[in-house]
Order: sequence, then structure tokens, then C-alpha cells
Amino acid sequence: MIPAQFDYVEATSVADAIRLLAEHGDEAKLLAGGHSLIPLMKLRLVTPATLIDVTHIKELSYIKEDGNNIVIGALTRHRDIEQSELVKKHLPLVAHVAGEVGDPQVRNRGTLGGSLVHGDPAADLPAAALATGATMVIAGQNGERRVSAQEFFIDFLETDVQPGEILTAIEFPKHTDAGWAYEKFVRRAMDYAIVGVALQLGAKPGVALVNMSNKPHLAQSASQAISKGAAIADVLAVINDNTNPPEDLNATVEYREHLARVLTQRAFATASK
Amino acid sequence: MTIRTAITVNGKETSREVEARTLLVHYLREELSLTGTHVGCDTSNCGACTVLLDGEAVKSCTVLAAQVHDCNITTIEGAAQADGSFSPVQEGFRQEHGLQCGYCTPGMIMASTALLSENPNPSEEEIRHALEGNLCRCTGYEMIVNAVRWAAEHPNFTSGGAK
Repeated sequence: MIPAQFDYVEATSVADAIRLLAEHGDEAKLLAGGHSLIPLMKLRLVTPATLIDVTHIKELSYIKEDGNNIVIGALTRHRDIEQSELVKKHLPLVAHVAGEVGDPQVRNRGTLGGSLVHGDPAADLPAAALATGATMVIAGQNGERRVSAQEFFIDFLETDVQPGEILTAIEFPKHTDAGWAYEKFVRRAMDYAIVGVALQLGAKPGVALVNMSNKPHLAQSASQAISKGAAIADVLAVINDNTNPPEDLNATVEYREHLARVLTQRAFATASK
Repeated sequence: MTIRTAITVNGKETSREVEARTLLVHYLREELSLTGTHVGCDTSNCGACTVLLDGEAVKSCTVLAAQVHDCNITTIEGAAQADGSFSPVQEGFRQEHGLQCGYCTPGMIMASTALLSENPNPSEEEIRHALEGNLCRCTGYEMIVNAVRWAAEHPNFTSGGAK
């Protein structure tokens, strides 16, 4: 499979990327690690007229501590997040989830920002961003703006990043020494989750579901129940509130709802260890 | 649109005028005639097309040649040692018969080479985890794991020259 023809330009900085986006209009796509975009282009489900390659913008690949936040550059690879001592210490859920994406080859190329802007409800990292209460930093011609993870994901493969804009960084509040778990139900090691549950406990708890809606899903009722100290049974009773699970060869709606309950229960058991 | 590549492959600088949409695996196979890197699933699942990009394993069916400008690529053709001896991983696959049909083998060897360069003495579990992006439909993986263990136990293997 070979992608349709496109023009290729390389951006050398964020300012350069924004300039190129303005120049090439909405027929242009940003290319980061390429592990969501290139497969779609090979299937010709996506046929951008121009690819703006941001792979080599070094200023967007970093992990740093900033007061109560850990800030991760949008082009930081899954592999670097998975192995970061800073992330492992303050955001163990995020470090673990980064290591659950695809397989080692995919994690060597895929980037955090790329995974988030792709907005796939079946992907791992959007759920981690929702459960930990991350904030997205988006840059455009009018400067920078910040959007909560919850507002960022709009619909299937659709996020709040507008034409002409680029996601530059993700700010995660620290969750040092808090309980956490990620339960991912798959048939083969490198598959997308049939259902996944990302659970963050501690002072600012949150629980997010993978592949249970048309977009990455924050289980709001369940998250509120956890913050009020509800019993696990009461959290499980509302875990499927407002979900809209897909039905496919792997699972029916009912089976997915069942999995969400079972995996959430397991997540609590794992998090308390 | 065409682009001019500058990619070092197995230690040799290469440069071609190719379409921007050229995938790295097609660049290797069709432009450089390095057909040891296989196209399996063509959807970044199976790992048959695994090569090393600056020492790290990547799936060359999901990387554009344009993206690896000025980078170092190692393919199975570059896996052997300078004197022509098999690398420890190649010899491990031979000794432990880590293949049947051989289609996945180049990718398996490159992914295993990347693993051992980071973790010279991996456990069975670590080997299986590191190879989860490489599918084999023949062996059931048991002998592949043994092959990687063999390589870990013989890091200084040399046959003393080309076979």
C-alpha cells in the first residue's frame, strides 16, 4: 500500500510550522511520528495535499518539572515517557500507559502529541491524559491557548485543535505517591484495547475509559464518586454512565459494559497494592 | 513531488531522487535492492520490515524515506560482523533453529539486536515483551526466545570470518 501523492515540507520550529500551516491551508497535515497518520494515508482514508513534517522540531521534545506540573513536549516519544524517571515518579500512570502503546517499534516512533491529536477513542494515552486531568497547550497565529483534556476531545478522531494550530505541550498535574492502575483488555499483545480503564487515585482522582465511546471518555460520574470517597460498588454502578460503546467483531455493547465494570474493579484492586 | 534523500544504510551513504511518498521499506528494497527487509502485513503490525534507525528498532513500512534524512539505517544485510561472521543474534537463530519459513526472521533479528544492545542479558519475559511487535506464524516463538538467549550467552561469538 502506497500513500497518494503529496507535497512534503519540513518545519524547523513551532513558528515555522504555524507559518507553513497558514501557507498551505486546511489541505495540509502535520506529520509527527506518523504511526497514526501514515497507516491512514496508506489506506488512502486520508489524502493530504501537503505534509508538514515536524519530526525534527527539537524544542518540542522534552520532559520537565514546572512547580506542581510535569510538562511534556508534544513530540516526546512514547519510549522516552515510558523510561523517564521524572514521569515514573510523579505520573506513574502516564509512564505505564506510554509503555502499553503498540509495541517497542511503535513506541520508538510514536509521539504523545500525535496520539492525543489523533483523538482515537481506542488509544491508550488519551485516557491517561483524561484520568490525570491534563491540560493541552495549543499554539497558533494568535498565540497560545490552554484547553483541559476533557474539552480537548470532541468527537471520533476530532479534537479542539483548529486549522492553523499545533499542539505544543501537555501539562500534567503531579500525582506523586498516589494509587493508580491501567487495565487494558486485549486479545494480542500489541492490539488496541477492546476496553481499557485508566484509574488515578489520590487528591485529584479520575477514571477514564478506552474504546467505550465515540471519543476518549472521562467517566465523570464515577470520577466524582471516587473523589467523594464512595464505595467501589457505587463507582461500578455509574462507570458506564454516558458511554456510547461501539459494537464490532470483538465485542457487543453489553460485553463492553461488562468489561468496563470488571476492569474498573480490577483497577481498584491493583491500585491499592 | 520528488525529494533528494541522504540516508546512510549499513554504513554507506545513499542518495536518490524519489517521490515524497516513498516508504523507507520501498526505498531499501526497490531503490537499493536490499530485499532482506520484508513487507509482511504492510500495516505496522507484523514487524517483518523492522530495521534499526540510529540503533533503534522501527517498522520501515510506516516511516517515510523523507523522514530519515541524515539518519543511519541498519538492515539485515548489515547485521553481520565486519569480518563476515554472523552476529551473535544471527548465529543464535541458526544454532537454536529460531525459524521455519524464514519470512519474519530479518525483522526478528533486527528487533532482537536492538533489545540486546539495550539489555544484554534479558529474561525470557523481557525477550517476549521486546518481540511483541514481531509476529511469527511458524515457530510458536519458543525457539526464537531460545535463539535470543543463545545470543545473550555468546556476546563475543565469531566464526573467524565469512562462511
